[in-house]
Amino acid sequence: MKMTMAQAINKCLFQEMERDESIVLIGEDVGVDGGVFRVTEGLYDKFGRERVIDSPLSESGIVGTAIGMATHGLRPVAEIQFSGFFYNAFHHIEQQASRLRNRTRGMFTVPMVVRLPYGGAINALEHHGESMESVFIHIPGIKVVCPSSPHDAKGLLASSLTDKDTVLFFEPKRLYRAFREEVPEERYDIPLGKANVIENGSDVTLISWGAMTYVSREAVEEAKQQGISVEHIDLRTLSPCDWNSIHRSIAKTGRAVIVHEAKKTMGFAAEIAARIAEKDLMHLEAPIKRVTGWDIIIPYPPLEKHYFPEKKRIARAIVETAKF
Amino acid sequence: MPISRVFEGSVDYIQILDRYGTADINYDPNFSEEMLKRMYIFMVLARRWDKKNIALQRTGRMYTYAPLEGQEAIQVGATLALEKEDWAYPSYRESMIYHMRGIPLSLVDLCWKGIEEGLKIDPKWKCFPYVIPIGTQLPQAVGAGYALQKRGKKGAVLVFGGDGSTSEGEFHDAMNFAGVLNTPTVFLISNNQYAISVPRKWQTKSKTLAQKALAYGFHGVQIDGNDIFAVYTTVKQALKKAREGGGPTLIEAVTYRIGAHTTADDPGKYRPKEEEEYWRERDPITRLQIYMKNKGYWDSRFEEIVNTRCDKRIEEALKEAEAFKQDPKEIFKHVYADITEDLEEQMKECFEEGSQ
Ligand SMILES: Cc1ncc(C[n+]2csc(CCOP(=O)(O)OP(=O)(O)O)c2C)c(N)n1
Repeated sequence: MKMTMAQAINKCLFQEMERDESIVLIGEDVGVDGGVFRVTEGLYDKFGRERVIDSPLSESGIVGTAIGMATHGLRPVAEIQFSGFFYNAFHHIEQQASRLRNRTRGMFTVPMVVRLPYGGAINALEHHGESMESVFIHIPGIKVVCPSSPHDAKGLLASSLTDKDTVLFFEPKRLYRAFREEVPEERYDIPLGKANVIENGSDVTLISWGAMTYVSREAVEEAKQQGISVEHIDLRTLSPCDWNSIHRSIAKTGRAVIVHEAKKTMGFAAEIAARIAEKDLMHLEAPIKRVTGWDIIIPYPPLEKHYFPEKKRIARAIVETAKF
Repeated sequence: MPISRVFEGSVDYIQILDRYGTADINYDPNFSEEMLKRMYIFMVLARRWDKKNIALQRTGRMYTYAPLEGQEAIQVGATLALEKEDWAYPSYRESMIYHMRGIPLSLVDLCWKGIEEGLKIDPKWKCFPYVIPIGTQLPQAVGAGYALQKRGKKGAVLVFGGDGSTSEGEFHDAMNFAGVLNTPTVFLISNNQYAISVPRKWQTKSKTLAQKALAYGFHGVQIDGNDIFAVYTTVKQALKKAREGGGPTLIEAVTYRIGAHTTADDPGKYRPKEEEEYWRERDPITRLQIYMKNKGYWDSRFEEIVNTRCDKRIEEALKEAEAFKQDPKEIFKHVYADITEDLEEQMKECFEEGSQ
């Protein structure tokens, strides 16, 4: 069946909640309203307020409560309405969710999913466009997942909902309704921690995730027309990262372009570039290139186009790297 | 029995001007004709500006906008109650405050058109730029009040929030700090019954929001937020008390958001239409209009003049706002006091080699 990403996530939540009675949704406007992005539509009617909780307006309340639920046999899916409003809950993630397993040497764990609609280009107000994934990747003990298509969103969320650890699930807002694709009705898992080579190639390796994978695809097409063969890797899971797939590809191409929507400094590309430099230096034929947002406050809609990496900038980076 | 009562508290509800436009005989402030007309004109301006913005948004001339219809009495009444030396910390639904404090309406328009320069607000207006992350303004307003007091200034700080904001930790931090530090803070919570789709009853189990002040050791009062007389009088008193060192007050203004949460929201999904009817019968402008008519201060000719003048001001402001040309390079220039070498380079890369 053809679905948008919003529909695929909705379908997954529906199926998983039917399969596992311990799954509970909690967040602002997730119930009666069906979520501000309509991702939880219909779940309140089907499962009721006991399992789909319209919470008071408090991110720390939502995540703190979810942790308590997770430590006592429920499997909460906490929604932060926009990832830009996560910060009040940061405390609970860093100081409890990420450490409880280690602190108790495995006696207590926090198997929950926090859904975070992230990223910009949706013409919204301030704080509605950030990509803060690297802040979380920096914290050991939590997993960070970021789908780039409806198909991946459904399979990755299904896996996240059976995972033993806390999973922060970053949903690219601009892809919620950007396109439809064929998505299996029945349940399927896409394993966490494994990247997806969406296109095989031999000249340049392009690494991306989330919305940037979608944007990069056009750039990859453009590069192809110029005779450049691009191996496009979509990471799917950012933490733990599938380093082997990256190293394997660089050994083949000797060239890397990394694209992310987040700011440049300390963005995840910095870590990826460092890993490549550490392990694959002898294979490298060109400097590693990053295409990222700038180190500025993300502008409001009329100027935000200047911030986001887009097709032209990515295509140019591919060509420059290939021709170096 | 070894039990004694250690705390008792109660919360009053205040309404002076009822929904039929009749003021309580004992409490009618007997405002001058001029004052009544100011109240009326600003509420009409707010409503007509609001309607215009919704229309503009629909045709793509404005980004997401947070409608204020039905809540005019709170922002207009409270702003008129401010003295020159006081500060206002509005929330995003109280746009008219900026203009009433002296800021050109065109600047407020820029904000909602998604243009950063809209918040280029001269501090002389004593009106803090609104924030989108719910509740963050509350403790900051407490700190602002403390600073004013410490620096020997006379002013108090009036800070706004929604019913939803009272659930954030910041609200409680703010109340607690204000109480402990005895700051000149007036918290004005617009209880418009919903935080996006979440009804007030799911926000807190408390019967009123005002009673939360009692837990922090100061006065809390609930008022009819659609009664501009109650808003003005209560805020005025609370500000006076704050200025005189009497500490903070929490005012819960009961009202209703007639429109959608923002232009991206559909209230039909979560609330019955009858509610809107119920609250339309309690409209803040209509009741003032009746009151003024009975005093001989309002007639259809006055109405016409007010409407025409308001529309003119709205149109002029819009024209000015739409003529504003943004310099995209500004996005790099205000990150730090002085632009860094690295950012200079990033800016060059962004614009010279042309990302767009
Ligand atoms: C910290 C934070 N969380 C979530 C949001 C998203 N959001 C914007 S407005 C809103 C509801 C606010 O309700 P209330 O405080 O009652 O004010 P109202 O909008 O009704 O005026 C929410 C949840 C936000 N802006 N900030």
